[in-house]
Amino acid sequence: MAEPMKIRATLKGDLAEVRVLMVHPMETGQRKDAEGRLVPAHFIQEVSVRLNGRSVLEGQISQAVSRNPVFSFRLKGVKAGDKLEIAWLDSKGERSQAEAAIA
Amino acid sequence: MNPARRIALKFAAALAAGLAAPLRALAAWNKEAFQSKTAASALKELGVAASTESKDILIEAPQIAENGAVVPIEVTSNLPGTRSIALVIDKNPFPLTARFEFGEGAVPYVKVNVKLGESSFVRAVAEAGGRHYTAAREVKVTIGGCGG
Amino acid sequence: MHRIAALALALAAAAGAPCALAQDAKTEIEKYQQMIADSSPVELFELQGETLWSKRQGPKNASLEHCDLGLGAGVLKGAYAQLPRYFRDADRVMDLETRLLHCMTTLQGRSREDATRRVFGNEDKPSEMEYLSAYIAAQSRGSPMAPGTAHPREAAAYELGRKLFFYRAGPWDFSCASCHGEPGKRIRMQELPVLSTRAGAGPVVATWPAYRVSNSQFKTMQWRINDCYRQMRMPEPTYASDLTVALATYLTVTGKGDLYRGPGTKR
Repeated sequence: MAEPMKIRATLKGDLAEVRVLMVHPMETGQRKDAEGRLVPAHFIQEVSVRLNGRSVLEGQISQAVSRNPVFSFRLKGVKAGDKLEIAWLDSKGERSQAEAAIA
Repeated sequence: MNPARRIALKFAAALAAGLAAPLRALAAWNKEAFQSKTAASALKELGVAASTESKDILIEAPQIAENGAVVPIEVTSNLPGTRSIALVIDKNPFPLTARFEFGEGAVPYVKVNVKLGESSFVRAVAEAGGRHYTAAREVKVTIGGCGG
Repeated sequence: MHRIAALALALAAAAGAPCALAQDAKTEIEKYQQMIADSSPVELFELQGETLWSKRQGPKNASLEHCDLGLGAGVLKGAYAQLPRYFRDADRVMDLETRLLHCMTTLQGRSREDATRRVFGNEDKPSEMEYLSAYIAAQSRGSPMAPGTAHPREAAAYELGRKLFFYRAGPWDFSCASCHGEPGKRIRMQELPVLSTRAGAGPVVATWPAYRVSNSQFKTMQWRINDCYRQMRMPEPTYASDLTVALATYLTVTGKGDLYRGPGTKR
């Protein structure tokens, strides 16, 4: 898919509800493909959320998070225009990053 | 120094600071904990010696999931000073599913879609004030439909 | 005496329990269905579809942006909700995928073979049709389902679809109605909607195409029809054929009126 990550951040007062949609197979290493071969494990392991350049949330996750992960977080003391940056690192060392401004 | 140069320097410094701090969790992915085959050993690897049940940890999860591939789990910790929340799915081959650390500005709340291999208890372990607290919810997983 | 009374009570409770459980299970499953819809990655498919809509392809190096889905060239808002319908330029009743195929061949100059080479994708690589369906369907969110019914060809498609719905064939002597023609039918934990009634078909046509969490694939109505035939052990129908369009017409007309709330997210 074109975009590996989509961020939606909405503000209520000074509380931001952040939803992230990620494109990732999150293969457990236990699934078999159409030919009966085991698909090797390949999943996001680390997720980081930064607000205006400062780390506010760090996550470590396993292959038990669903394919095409969907996360929701909440941040406080936030104002419109604040910059969100979300990045992930997976088990193959691949990375992705996306930015959004709080609306 | 003229104002434009001051702004430019400020921007450059901010950029440098952003680039210098690594965009990854401060500790490397906790392989021992995530590859533990029991909830107990996973929590031990996370340094959770003991934990108390707490009603201040709220777990929102479906009672019955039509499919174990996507089970939305929502955890809120109302314990003051919650620094982290870990998610453990007892019956999964590798029970530790996620662990989130909350910095200043993050509410101790997370919602994530997880996989359940079979019906299982889903546990949230919160760390607050140097101690650990837990709550659990049972989720039943069904196999649905005609496989289509 | 007390022990007998206690046993009788226990038996009575056990006998009553299955009925209560069934209703609770139904409510809990409905809650699950709502939860996965709220936490769905389906939007990613819509976004990719948007990119494909404006991608230049084929011998004519053209995009689909001038495709007329019934409301005018390039008009997407509410377009999905008024399909299937008769199209004069093709002299056929067409559903979304049939119409997209038409635009791929006429606007982009692609052959039918080329455009239908891989219409049903998988979790690693969804198909072009699946992405486009997600995007276009999303533009009808909130619109009432209002397929064409006035044109004689639309009425004929509905009639054919209705006949097909009840037509028993194949090694199991199944028809669509075998599973979807009577209330109270279930496959494992899935309640089967009665698709020959408005109440049953309404929510269904208002939530397809859909992302299937069980296999992380985005599925379209053409796929659904194809797969039902496969499950009934009948030959799979030709993609975007008059048969499939007739069935889609029958289902959508039967279920018309609900506000479209897809693309859906299902188990």
